[in-house]
Amino acid sequence: MPGAIFRPFRHSEAERSDRSAGDRLRHRQKVRESIRENIADIVAEESIIGKSRDKIIKVPIRGVREYRFVYGDNAPGVGQGEGETEPGQVVGKGQQEGQGADKAGDKPGQDFYETDVTLEELVEIMFEDLELPDLERRALRKIPAERMFKRKGYRQVGIRIRLDKRRTARERVRRILATKRGRGPAPPPEEGAPEPEKRRQPFHTEDLTYRHVVTDVRNESNAVVMCIMDTSGSMDTMKKYLARSYFFLLYQFISTKYRSVELVFIAHHTEAREVTEDEFFHKAESGGTFISSGYVKALEIIEERYHPSLWNVYVFHCSDGDNFDSDNPAALRTARQLADVANLFGYGEIKPLGSRYYESSMLNLFRRLDADNFQTVVIERKEDIWPSFRAFLSKDRAKVADAGAAAPA
Amino acid sequence: MPDFEIAELERWDERIREKADAFGLDVYQQEFEICDHNDMIGYMAYSGMPSHYPHWSYGKSYEKLKTLYDYGVSGLPYEMVINSSPALAYLMRDNSLCLHILTIAHVYGHNDFFKNNYNFRQTRAEFTLGSFKAHAQRVRSYIEDPSIGYERVESILDAAHALSLEMRRNRAVRKLTQAEERERLFAAAQPRPDPFYKIHRPPEYHPPDLRRVPAAPEEDLLLFIAEHNPYLADWERDLLTIVHEESCYFLPQIETKIMNEGWASYWHREILNSLELPSELHLEFLVRHNQVVRPHPGGLNPYHLGLKVWDEIKRTHDEPTDEELRERGPRSGSGRDAMFDARSADRDASFLRRHLSESLMRELDLFQYEQRNEDYVVTKVADRESWRDVKETLLKSVGTGTIPVIKITDADYSGNRTLYLVHDHDGRDLLLEYAERTLQHLHRLWGREVALETFINAKKTLLTYSDQGFANKALK
Repeated sequence: MPGAIFRPFRHSEAERSDRSAGDRLRHRQKVRESIRENIADIVAEESIIGKSRDKIIKVPIRGVREYRFVYGDNAPGVGQGEGETEPGQVVGKGQQEGQGADKAGDKPGQDFYETDVTLEELVEIMFEDLELPDLERRALRKIPAERMFKRKGYRQVGIRIRLDKRRTARERVRRILATKRGRGPAPPPEEGAPEPEKRRQPFHTEDLTYRHVVTDVRNESNAVVMCIMDTSGSMDTMKKYLARSYFFLLYQFISTKYRSVELVFIAHHTEAREVTEDEFFHKAESGGTFISSGYVKALEIIEERYHPSLWNVYVFHCSDGDNFDSDNPAALRTARQLADVANLFGYGEIKPLGSRYYESSMLNLFRRLDADNFQTVVIERKEDIWPSFRAFLSKDRAKVADAGAAAPA
Repeated sequence: MPDFEIAELERWDERIREKADAFGLDVYQQEFEICDHNDMIGYMAYSGMPSHYPHWSYGKSYEKLKTLYDYGVSGLPYEMVINSSPALAYLMRDNSLCLHILTIAHVYGHNDFFKNNYNFRQTRAEFTLGSFKAHAQRVRSYIEDPSIGYERVESILDAAHALSLEMRRNRAVRKLTQAEERERLFAAAQPRPDPFYKIHRPPEYHPPDLRRVPAAPEEDLLLFIAEHNPYLADWERDLLTIVHEESCYFLPQIETKIMNEGWASYWHREILNSLELPSELHLEFLVRHNQVVRPHPGGLNPYHLGLKVWDEIKRTHDEPTDEELRERGPRSGSGRDAMFDARSADRDASFLRRHLSESLMRELDLFQYEQRNEDYVVTKVADRESWRDVKETLLKSVGTGTIPVIKITDADYSGNRTLYLVHDHDGRDLLLEYAERTLQHLHRLWGREVALETFINAKKTLLTYSDQGFANKALK
């Protein structure tokens, strides 16, 4: 038997290529596509409104499974016990929870896996194929925000982390060339003389070049999202759940546009109160509905804390449309006032499937409100949330497009 | 790794080879490449091949391995060896000297197995690396061809991968050509010569359907499609052939996982025990060896099961118990000879069928489990009544037993080029969701309706995929 050949480890990166890079990239693309396709489910399932942007969300990936003909649940398997295994003993869990049991690898459940994305990535994916309208921002509403850093030229002094290696190396070369030129051409080496040792050319302190960074004071606009929800007896958990998804999208969308976004939660039945997020979604109340009470409260809060000259105000109201008739004129009047001060004002009517035709609706009433920045949407089930949210923004976009068409003239 | 250590490995390799020779192992020329853990993950993702065509599934596999490794869920194998001549193996440079010695010995076990097991005869080990490289170049050339491009190549590869293991299981048996199949069909339909034809009523003659394509049920799905779908472009045909050829290469490894790992573990143990290692190396060897071949409660460790059965073969020949002598009589030949015979002639299913005895099953505490609602429940254990059932289940779940057998019976069903397939149902249903998507891939390749006959919950069912999508109807 001839001797084995040993090939030593190749240290240089150049010799060892990262050959799976292209395939990994393509796989990640497919994961992203899969997330985008399932975005409506994810938004509806997750309790993510108002959460930190670094929060990690588990997203089930369906699009990147590799399908084959495989056996299903009624295929028995064989395992090894630790002795004394008896019939009837439970040895593992099925794959219902996405938790692959430590079992035969031919079970497809193991291919079903979840990936972790941060909320920020998720939002980025959500909005990337959505041509978002430029939100209207008035010059008046800008206030300075000192958060950004900006590069501004280069200096000889600085901290280590900002050392610009490329420029430093260039400085050194430049200095070496300059000194050579000063000395004139080198004398030709004598015949037979030993090769002169190469002179070391170390870096000098004056070669070091650092990037200079200054604080960037920029005028930033702030925004407030006012979530108003009907918490009367007729709003059941399902309706609240749909409302919550909608508020989430709105909040995330506004957050991509502004540096700081504040949230205000107003719950109303016949009276309105400002509440915390937790109370907003989880506390059940009873009683009838005066929609105008919520709007009045919102107007009060805007007056007190978020004056429209400093703040971009976004108001969204979710209700099942079951208002007392006597309140309708007041509701319309206050809605008109809100539309005047807000950048965008939306009304979402939540009608779980089937209830649309026999319950009263505010849509007819709000049809009379013809402000440009007012929008109504109907949400029947969770699959509607994402399309109706897109429609909500696209109406705004149409308006911008109209304005754009008119402006250049 | 510094060079002096390479020299050290070469010295150990020398000694290990002497021992392997003395034991009678017959191996290809061996090459070792030293790599780090990143390279190792890369090689694993591409099944060890230094050159392989690109596809996102390998990226997925890389990410999965890397995540598991980074979070410490699973370690990396100490070695990886591929069936080629010269045999190529990778050693991880961070491993200790003892691990390297163990790995080198283990690799020679695999190497011998690759060279001598009959399942690997068809793989043409001397061409392995070259053909994988040629495949990679061809696939890349299609990707770079502006009239084809990445996406179309990917879509064909996706579909081909879904069907890649639907192929003839025993590649050692020659496949008859369509013409030969037809001759056979014709001969089978002819009436037998009857010496009493004068007093017998002449038998009714059923003419064979010689126009049917395929003449006999066809298992090589990809090849059949490549040959019989006239609307495929040449490059599409070529991709199907490439995927099929790679499956032919991997099939023997799927078929012999337990034998092969057991064989290599047996030999690394024998070789290292005979090397007279210094005590600190020997102690580490014992620890590592036991980690590799320990049982995995609840699952099956092929290293453990394989090694146990190989030991059993040797023991029943060399030192049979009185009971075994009474039952089977004395065996001819030594235990080693019997092992070498089994190494040449068996695959996992036959290996376990012949050599996994009732007593060994009981010693291993093998049990059969089934899914009940959300739990896996033990239904049978290896006791006197049901050990045969457990063994049958085990035989069905090793090697290609985990892949449903699906055959094309008619390529022109009901006269409109519908592809009709039949699933050889053996009590295990197909997973419907997966069957649906796989049929979608099949439809993509065939271009016309595809129909699969199977049993779902004991009812004969026809699953179809056409331009209108998936349908599922009960058959009488």
